[in-house]
Formats: sequence, C-alpha cells, structure tokens
Amino acid sequence: MANAGNFSVRRLTGFTTIAIICFLSLYTPILTLVIFSFNAGTSIAIWEGFSWRWYERAWANEQVQEAALRSLQIASFAAIVATTFATMAAIATTRTRPFRGLTAIYAFVNTPLMVPEIVTAIALLIFFASIKVATGYTGLGYLLAAHTAFCIPFAYLPIRARLESMDLTLETAAADLYATPWRAFTRVTLPLLWPGIIGGLMLAFVISLDDVVITELVKSAGQETLPTYMLGQFRRVVTPEMNAISAVFLGISILIVTLFFFLTRKRN
Amino acid sequence: MPEVDKADRRPAIEAKNVSKVFQGAAQDRVTALDAVSVTIRENEFFTLLGPSGCGKTTLLRLIAGFDFPTEGEILLYGEDIAPLPPHKRPVNTVFQSYALFPHMTVGQNIGFGLEMLGKSKAETAARVDQMLKLVQMQELKNRRTSQISGGQQQRVALARALAPHPKVLLLDEPLSALDYKLRKEMQIELKRLQHETGITFIFVTQDQEEALTMSDRIAVMSRGKILQIGSPREIYDRPAERFVANFIGETNFLEGDTVSTQADRAMVRLPGGATVDAGLPQGLKPSGKVTVVVRPEHADIVKAGQPATLAGALSNIVYFGTDTHFHVALDTGGEFIVRHQNSRGNESAFAVGEKVGIAFEPDAAQVLRD
Amino acid sequence: MATAREIAEAAERRDIRQRWLLSAPALVVIFFAGIGPLAIMVVYSFLEKSGYGGVVWKFSTAGWESVFFQRDIFDDTLQFADAHLSIFWRSVKLSVITTFLTLIFGFPTAFFIATRPERTRDLWLFLITIPFWTNLLIRTFAIQEVIRNEGIANTVLIKLGIISQPIQMMFTDFAIMLGMTYVFLPLMVLPLYASLEKLDFRLVEAGYDLYANRFQVLRRIIIPLVKPGIIAGSILVFIPCLGAYVTPRVLGGGKNLMIGNLIELQFGQGRNWPLGAALSITLLIIVVAALLVYVRQASKSGQRHG
Repeated sequence: MANAGNFSVRRLTGFTTIAIICFLSLYTPILTLVIFSFNAGTSIAIWEGFSWRWYERAWANEQVQEAALRSLQIASFAAIVATTFATMAAIATTRTRPFRGLTAIYAFVNTPLMVPEIVTAIALLIFFASIKVATGYTGLGYLLAAHTAFCIPFAYLPIRARLESMDLTLETAAADLYATPWRAFTRVTLPLLWPGIIGGLMLAFVISLDDVVITELVKSAGQETLPTYMLGQFRRVVTPEMNAISAVFLGISILIVTLFFFLTRKRN
Repeated sequence: MPEVDKADRRPAIEAKNVSKVFQGAAQDRVTALDAVSVTIRENEFFTLLGPSGCGKTTLLRLIAGFDFPTEGEILLYGEDIAPLPPHKRPVNTVFQSYALFPHMTVGQNIGFGLEMLGKSKAETAARVDQMLKLVQMQELKNRRTSQISGGQQQRVALARALAPHPKVLLLDEPLSALDYKLRKEMQIELKRLQHETGITFIFVTQDQEEALTMSDRIAVMSRGKILQIGSPREIYDRPAERFVANFIGETNFLEGDTVSTQADRAMVRLPGGATVDAGLPQGLKPSGKVTVVVRPEHADIVKAGQPATLAGALSNIVYFGTDTHFHVALDTGGEFIVRHQNSRGNESAFAVGEKVGIAFEPDAAQVLRD
Repeated sequence: MATAREIAEAAERRDIRQRWLLSAPALVVIFFAGIGPLAIMVVYSFLEKSGYGGVVWKFSTAGWESVFFQRDIFDDTLQFADAHLSIFWRSVKLSVITTFLTLIFGFPTAFFIATRPERTRDLWLFLITIPFWTNLLIRTFAIQEVIRNEGIANTVLIKLGIISQPIQMMFTDFAIMLGMTYVFLPLMVLPLYASLEKLDFRLVEAGYDLYANRFQVLRRIIIPLVKPGIIAGSILVFIPCLGAYVTPRVLGGGKNLMIGNLIELQFGQGRNWPLGAALSITLLIIVVAALLVYVRQASKSGQRHG
C-alpha cells in the first residue's frame, strides 16, 4: 500500500507486523485448543483424526453436567439480581446535581473492581466460615451472594454509560407533557435504557460464569462450578475432554459477547 | 393595530421580582436572573431576546417548572404556580433540541400529552389528526421521529406541545437548528399557528431579526435583567439603552450636550455645533452630556456645502447588494455610517476621500439612558 | 404559604432520599458480600492461629510478624522470612516484566487498530475484546497446551528436528510470564486504544513537517500525548498480575508461587489464617498504592491537557 513517495503519517515501522503477531498469538492457542477437542486420539498435541467422542464423553460425564448446571444457576441468579440492583443504583447516581455522598456511592459500587480477586475471596472465606459455624447453613447462598456482589459493578458500568448518553430533555419533555415521574420513567426512561440493561445483564452473566478464584475459595463441599471443576482436572493428565468442555464454554462466552457488541453498536 | 387591541387583555403570566441564583462554590455562583418583573398578556406573541447566558432560557424554565426561582413569584392567570410540578402546569414547551421521543412514532409523540392527561383514545386520535393537519404532516403520522427531516421534527415538536391546548406555549430557540430558508418559512408558520390557536406564545431567541418579524412585544435581556420591553418598532426605533441599540441592528453613537428638555423630547447639541431634536426614553430627564443614537438608514449623505447635521470625509464605500454603506470619518472625530438603499439609477455619485455632509431624517435621533 | 424556594428545597431533599434508597440494595450486597468482609480480615490478621484452620480469639501479632520474619526453630531468634520475601519479590518482578511485555506488544497493536479505517476499526477492537471476556482459566489452559512437554510447541519442534528433547517450559517463571502476558494483553490494548483513538493526527503531521523522523515523532509527540493511556493500561495489567492466582497455579506448578498462591496456601495446607489475612492486607496495600500513583498521574496529565 505504502509505495515509495507515498508517505503515511499513520504508519510506524514494524508496528503492523507486531500487531499481526499479537492477533495471531491471541487466537492460535484458543484455536489449537478447539481443534484438538475434535481429536480422535487421547493426545492434545498429536492429531489422530476427527471425532466427536470427547464431546460425547463430556456430555455423559455426570460431574460435568452437575457443575455446568450449577454454573448456569449461579450466573443466571447473580446476573439478574446484580443487574436489577445496578440499574437502580445507576439511575440514582446519574443525571443529578452533585449531592453529599454521590461520589461515595459511585466509588463504593466500583470498589469490587479495584480489590484483587484473591483478597476478596479470602475475606469472604473468613466471613462466610464464621457464618457457617454460627448458622450451620452451607447452601448455595454464599456463592449466590458473592457472585451478585462482584457482578454489580460490571452491570452498573454499561447501564450508567447508557444513562449518561441519554438526552435528559426527553424526560423533561415528558414531565412537560403531564407525565408523572413514574410514568415518565416507564414510558420514556426505561424503553430507552433497555439496551444498556441487556448489555449489563450479559456482561454480568459472563463474568459470573467465568469466575474461578472467589468460587474456589467460597464454595462448600460438593459445590463445584464448571471452572472450579476444570481447575481441579488440570492437575491430572489432561485429555481432549477438557478441550471439548472448554470449546463449548468459549462458544457460549463468545456468543454473548458478540451479542453485546452488536447491541451496543446499534445505538451509535 | 394589534398591539393596542392586545394591551387590554388580561395577564397570562406575571413574573414578580423573580431572581434565580445557581448554587455552587462562591466563585461558581451565577445570578441567572436578577429581580425580573414582566407581565405577558393573554394571546400575545411575546419574545425574550438576548445573547446566550442572558437569562432568557432560565426564565422560560422557571415558567415551565423545570427550575425554581430563588426569589420572587410567578403567576399564571393570577395564581401562584410555585407548588405545581411541571407535569401539573398547563404550560407546554417546544425544546431547542425538540426532545422528540425516539422510540415513538410521530403520532404517538403528538398524542403523548393527551394520553398522560387521561383523555380517551378516540379524543386523542382525533386531536392528533387535527394537529397533524395544522402542521401539514398528515402523511407522516406513523413514521419514526428519526426518519423525518429537521424541519419536520420541528413541526412535530410544535404539534406535540400544542396538542394538549396549553394556556401558554413556551418556545426555547426552536428555530436555531434550521437552515436560513427553513427558518424564514417557520417564522411565518409560527405566526400563523399563534393566530389560529389563540394561545399565548413566549418565544426565546437570540436572533434579533426573528424577534422583530414575529413578536407583538419584545423584552430585551442582558445579564439576568430585562433592559427594555416594547413593540418591535419601539425597540428598534427608540432603544433606551446602549446594549439594546447595539444588540439590535447597527447604530451610530454620538456624544452631545443637552440644550433643553420637554416631556419626552430633548434638544441636543452635537459635536460640530448642530442641534437635533431627539426622543427620550420614558421618564428620563437628561442634563449635560448625553449619548444619542442614529440608525444608519435614518440619515442621508449629501454633497459638501448642502444643509447637513454633521460633516466629514468619505472613508469607505461598501456595497451590500440591497444597500450601500458609506463610512464617513467625522471632522470632529469618530466614524458615522450611512446606509443607502440601492435602486436602479441611483448609483453612487460619491467617491472615497470626498468631503461630504450627513443629513438626519426628522426624528432620527434618540437619547440613551446611560 | 410556602415559597417556591421552600417547595423546591423540600422536593430536592425528597429526591436525594430516593436516590439513596435506590442505591441501597447494591450498596448492601457489595458491603456484605464484597467489601465489608475486608474489615473482618483485618481483625483476623491480629488473632492467633489455630492448628486446625481458623483462629483462636486472642490478640497476637504473630501473623504480621511472620509476613516478614520467621522464628528460628532452634534458637528462637527472628530472621527475615526469605521464603515469603522471595515470593513477594518474584511476584513484583514477574508483574513488572509482564506489564512491560504487554506494553511492548500492546502499543503497536493499539496503534494498528486506531489507524484502521473507521468501518473496520470496530471489528479489530472486537477481536481484542473477545479474549478479554472469555474465561481466563480456559485461556491459561490453552497456553498450557501449547507449552507443555508433550504440547504442540515441543511436538512441532521435535518433528522438525530442531530439538531432540522437549524443552521444559511448564512450571517455570517463563511459563507464568508468558501466560500472564497472554491473558492480560487485552487489558493493555483497550486503554491504549482509547487514548490513541483520540490522538489528533494533524499533530503527527506537524511533527513530520518540522523534520522529525518516525522514531522522533513516536518518542516526542505520540507517546507524550497518549501517556494517560499508557499509565492506565500499565495499572490495569500490573494489579491483576500481582494478585494472580489461576495462571501461576496452572502454569507455575507447586514450586513457582506468587503472592496469590501463597495467600491461598495459608487457608489450605498452611492452616495459618492470621498470616494469610496479613498477606492479603499487604497485597491490598500495594495495589492501593499503585492505584493512588495512577490517580495522581492521571489528574496531573488531565490538568496539563485539559
């Protein structure tokens, strides 16, 4: 493209090469992983022909089924509750004159993003351990609460962004046209906010689904999620069954992120 | 004259000593309105004119209820509207950005206010059709607001605000986003709508031409204060303050000495010795030094030696198509501009550098308050 | 009768109360299942350890002491806790190197994306975002498959006859670094891109016009202008590196620990909860310090450019 004498200010020597290498090396391991999930042999490095056997095996694996189901349960619950609370908080903290405590609310909602996951996990481990001793309750509630908490900021951010880009005069206009505050909210604010809410819901779902560290330390016995099950398996000899599980997992995440991408793009 | 007729009508909006201070740290505290009092009559096309930041939009927002006054009260047909939130005020707004709901059709936008007022479906539908007809947009009823042009959006915004038949319609620079030609069309359109609906219009603009062509009365505002209220003619021909004279049209300023005063007129001696009979702002009794304004088209340029009020040398001639501006360097210092309407056969007989005189038309001069 | 001002002030108070009520559920959940327990952790760091995990409710600074010191078994003297300090040191070292590597690779990548035509730019950005949102564990697993002894890299190299024995890459610092660079690269590219996208290329043109060569333009014009993005990206990579748990566990094996694994160990085999709590707080303090540096830098460059 750049001929001699065709000088482009938008190019720097070697940058394109490095960028291409980066993109390739980001995707090569993932693609390798997916390819070998179809391997007929037991190796994850030597190709022995195409087969669905590892998918079939993973599908029939009761531990995997159970863990996957639990992951979905937790992620659905956490995403829905976190998005609801995040939407309320986002509405409360945007498009207002600054009031005492506004920055504090904003900062507090976002603190889970700043604290290293391992630290949060340890703190929750300690806290929940004493509750377990005190109440005897060892159910899924701890994981649900923890996931909801760290999902809130992820749901909050896109909803807040959407609110801030929304034209405040639309609600002013609704009030001017005799809409009570509640009707202005349901008829004008909410319909326009939907893409942000759906985006927040999807991000929260993916984040919960992916979590390893907090789940690993907070879970009670017999509460494996798919990621913690996989983490346990990596210690052993790995067969392409793990690749098959990973590939399905990747597929779900990529599907959701792609939906999110197109949803947020449409509004521009 | 419609102004005389409307002067008898009862007041629709009365603002009494209204002030608005925007809170903030000491240096951020802004006084947007400073003890403003104004009475706007029923069925009047009233314009708030001033540069951006003069407080005109703030006054509009106070009337609509989007903001509250720091001091003073606002009456709507004699009733204090302070306790009413915006959705309970029988007042509608046409927003500068139109603020059309993007997730509704044109028809749904127009019907929104009626729906919120709890009108029946049939009544709403009939009124929407009537409004669409009024703004000549029947065929676009089911379009999304993003699918129509800026001028059409403007009409929808108007129809939406008029549909609930408000007691007062507030228009916040509604034409500023339109191009010149469309703006001209809409000016006439707005005037027609006001006439047909009989609703009081309060129109905010920073475009002096718009204000002069459309209004029954104009209030010129600057820095949170109303400087002058009057008919377009009064505002243009008899500006009371330097700001008003400067903001509306072009003006020549001359320093003079008061010779004598009567009820609303004064004799003023101009530099160079000539004395002119000048109008006085209401209630002003000047003495000593005064500033006199003369509009460029209220003076004529004449050959040296002919009877004239001022004398000087022609420094520049600027051709504008419809008229020509003669810049005259006065013998006593300063510059005076004379505007001369062009017509066939009156091509300028003057040349730059030539000695000329300036003759005022009768009643051309007006004394300023400052 | 109330004045307009009194009515409006009452309305504003009501509005603020409503805003607090709306925020309350989110705040409560985050407090009880996110941030609040950090305070309990502080308490635990000052308690005595129990041999069976958990704590004995007696004040003790033993946990904090053993972060930095260890008691000699024979003569009971305090010595620097070499094992802990070397893990801290390794964590910081690996995090710094990883941050540097992601910058070296991430900057050209972000520049490349930012200079694409507007229509394809979103797509390139999307390609960077996908790995960012996909499971970190799976991406680590993917790297593991590439570098393990019987993995694809060694297999290919042996097949090609370049090496005869597989190179041991797993369970080394190199593996951890490679893995972290791989998983955290998008965190560097995204803020860099955000800065580069706003870069006014007329300034670059002006640089060339004033006789700068490409390297000088990069060093004197582009880098200073996108410094906020560089700082943001570095912080975004450095912090999760420092607290990394999954990547060193999977790629580093049992020997090559980082702080995150050391902390976790105290709640597993180590059975030393006070030490684990104290280590967590230490890590948190380092992270907060890094964030403060970032905030100061960001507000400084904000002032300069804004």
